[in-house]
Amino acid sequence: MSIPLNHLLIFTSLLFLTGLYGALTRRNAVGILIAIEIMLNAVNINFVAFTSSLKNTSPELGQVFAIFVIVLAATTAAVGLAIVVAIYRNQKTIYTDEIDLLKW
Amino acid sequence: MEIFNSLATVSFYGVLVGILAVAILTVTTRNLFHAAIFLAFTLLGVAVVYFFLQAEFLAGVQILIYVGAIMTLVIFAIMLTSKIGDPNVPQSNRQRYPALILILAFAVFLISTILKTSWNTTETLQTTDAIRLGKALMGEFVFPFEVVSLVLLIALIGAIVVARSDQ
Amino acid sequence: MVTYPVFIPLIPLASFAIIVFFGKWLKEKSAWVAILASAASCVLSLRAAWTVAQGGSFHQSFNWLMINNIPLEFGIAIDPLSAVMLFVVTFIGTLIVIYSVGYMHEDPRYARFFAYLSLFLFSMLGLVLSSTLVQIYLFWELVGLCSYFLIGFWFEKKSAAEAGRKAFITNRIGDIGFFLGIVTFFYATGTVRFADIRPELIHAHAGSAVLTASALLLFCGAVGKSAQFPLHVWLPDAMEGPTPVSALIHAATMVAAGIYLVARLFPLFHAFPDVSQVIAIIGTVTALMAAFFALTQMDIKKVLAYSTISQLGYMTAALGVGGMTAGTFHLMTHAFFKALLFLGAGSVIHGSGVQDMNEMGGLRKTMPITFWTFVMATVAIAGIPPFAGFWSKDEILVRAFESGHRIIFWALVLTALMTSFYMFRLLFLTFFGKTRGHLHPHESPLVMTLPLIILAFGSALIGLPGSPWMHHWFQNFLAAGHPEEIGMNSFVVTISIATSVAGFLTAFALYVLKPELPKRFAKKYWVLYEASKNKLWIDEFYQATVIGWFKAVSKNAFVFDAEVIDRTVNEVGLKTISVSRIKNWIDQYIVDGLVNLTGWTVRKISAVLRLIQTGYIHNYLFVLLLGLLVIVFAVFNI
Repeated sequence: MSIPLNHLLIFTSLLFLTGLYGALTRRNAVGILIAIEIMLNAVNINFVAFTSSLKNTSPELGQVFAIFVIVLAATTAAVGLAIVVAIYRNQKTIYTDEIDLLKW
Repeated sequence: MEIFNSLATVSFYGVLVGILAVAILTVTTRNLFHAAIFLAFTLLGVAVVYFFLQAEFLAGVQILIYVGAIMTLVIFAIMLTSKIGDPNVPQSNRQRYPALILILAFAVFLISTILKTSWNTTETLQTTDAIRLGKALMGEFVFPFEVVSLVLLIALIGAIVVARSDQ
Repeated sequence: MVTYPVFIPLIPLASFAIIVFFGKWLKEKSAWVAILASAASCVLSLRAAWTVAQGGSFHQSFNWLMINNIPLEFGIAIDPLSAVMLFVVTFIGTLIVIYSVGYMHEDPRYARFFAYLSLFLFSMLGLVLSSTLVQIYLFWELVGLCSYFLIGFWFEKKSAAEAGRKAFITNRIGDIGFFLGIVTFFYATGTVRFADIRPELIHAHAGSAVLTASALLLFCGAVGKSAQFPLHVWLPDAMEGPTPVSALIHAATMVAAGIYLVARLFPLFHAFPDVSQVIAIIGTVTALMAAFFALTQMDIKKVLAYSTISQLGYMTAALGVGGMTAGTFHLMTHAFFKALLFLGAGSVIHGSGVQDMNEMGGLRKTMPITFWTFVMATVAIAGIPPFAGFWSKDEILVRAFESGHRIIFWALVLTALMTSFYMFRLLFLTFFGKTRGHLHPHESPLVMTLPLIILAFGSALIGLPGSPWMHHWFQNFLAAGHPEEIGMNSFVVTISIATSVAGFLTAFALYVLKPELPKRFAKKYWVLYEASKNKLWIDEFYQATVIGWFKAVSKNAFVFDAEVIDRTVNEVGLKTISVSRIKNWIDQYIVDGLVNLTGWTVRKISAVLRLIQTGYIHNYLFVLLLGLLVIVFAVFNI
């Protein structure tokens, strides 16, 4: 079985854009974080796919990178969710269109 | 064998479509708890994709960390912030259609670029195993590995500090 | 590399700065600062002078300005002449600063006095060390300024303030000449460096009318500073200042600056016999006239002031007849005994509380140290061998005699006679006989008498280096390898000693043996007496002519000012006011309106623009991606 790289890339692009759509439209901060996780996964697949199929690369490179991205995703999730909890405690909301502190 | 191979191909494309469908559900569903569940399925699907790409170690990591740890975190956060299930509260803001147009424009750009590019691919899929991966992590990439572990540690401490109540 | 002589003037300057800034806090201790500073620069000066005496010299400068591509340097130069001056200024200066501790104690402006003294020492040393005419002019004015400050030190006294002003203005007249002299000198020769002023340079321009004028104008500066006729009138008034100031500035150092200048520029004057003639005549007239005035003065400091003028005239005359070393020698000896005389007079004033000799007398018993040191100084100035004054005065007389100026010679002899007479008169009136006033005199403290004693030894001994006993070492040193021909003329020596003794005897006869005689002489020769007493009415003459005319001119100028200029100014002012009213209206409604309109427009536009700034994170993200899209499409040209 061999999957053309093109198809895989189109799939990850669509997955990435789905996540992006979520990040753009979600009101809920947690929802935005969920969407960002989707985007990160799309990128991860790209890393693995590229290093597995392209010449002049070693597959370890992409997979190690993917591991790093997963670690950073965990970081993002931890910090981001902590911020959400903190904001919720202070503002009593996690809806981004009710928080306009950036205005000043 | 032939039939076996094409079955695998078909199932792979099926997985891809499934992932996309679940991902779309994740970003559009009104109930955030449901969104989290759908996210879990999306991540599982990605793990399956890793299997197909013969990156078994990564697939294991994906399931362990994402589905295990991060999902737990997300669901915790959702529960802590409550009020999620209220159907009267709109779950998306007012830039749905502009966002959709923007996304479509990006899609057009990306897909056309991907198709236009001639990829210098190998005949067969290059594979690796956990041993070589471990050697890479502890050899060539030991410095970024250490840095990223430090970042993780700091971020976790920071998360505790930020989320901690003031009392 | 900076050589140590640079610090000779800088140390007093530092002392000045310290006392000015910390004087309030230092109080009595500021005297110590001044004493240490002057002593330090005295030590450095002695070292420099010693080096020069061994045949060395110092010259250090940097280029200050460029004038027509000719560099104007700023620096220090020490040759035998300036080494002598350095020694005199710092040595006597240090003694006088020490003396001032006693004289000025309990003065409310004690610290300021020492600040001024330090500033003066800095200026005077800067003057002595100057390497160009322009630089010397700078310090020339600075010493003048210090002199002004110190004459008017007790400015609550109207006479002191006026004396300061008089000194300043009179000096200014000479300084204008000096300044023009520098300018014309530069024009004629293209240099102002002293190192360049050699006979060769002057000979290259010999006969130049401009240079002749320049020489005369430069001499004008000396006339003003050294109180020569006809600008001598400021020096007697300058006695309003504290006595240490009179000793330091108006006897030993600053007034000698004029002599120093003439000696410095000696090759110039020497090349123009006519100018030298003028210098000699002015010096002689000054010497004779001032000695004549000194005969009848009753104020102890006034006598000494006229004596100073007279002695300065002596030096000027010496330089005029070609005796550069003789004049400088007399400058040095005179600095010692005249400083001693002034300090002695200061001690008398301090101890007795009066300045008028009519009330003194008999102070010999109560002020023995002052008396004995005063005797030494009197003997020195009267020219009795082997004291300092004899050697230098004798040399001047020899110079005048041998250069063939017979009238000048006899005039100087007459001056010497009068000098001897008035000095012994001063001595007898002050210290002998019975006290005429109601005084309770006491001897001055050690801090004042110690400088007196040191100076007394100086007065006795300082002439020896120039005497035949030491083979005219001083003259050879000064002339630096071009020794002037020095001879002891037995005729002149005899005359010199005879006049001194005659003066002494006359004074002794008139003021000790028959004290009633002077009054009878005064009645009999009342014309001469009045002329001397009133200083030939020169002050009155100036008051009536120059100052009177000046006042008339200024009165007319005032009327012109008030009637024409002020009226015009007022009219212009009134017109300006009406124009400004119109301008005001324009300003308020048109200019301000425009400004307000601009502000209003900006506010309205920004009110619209701030709508973009929602503060919502998803809007920002959207716009960010939109921008990315635009960039992507622009770059990839799809």
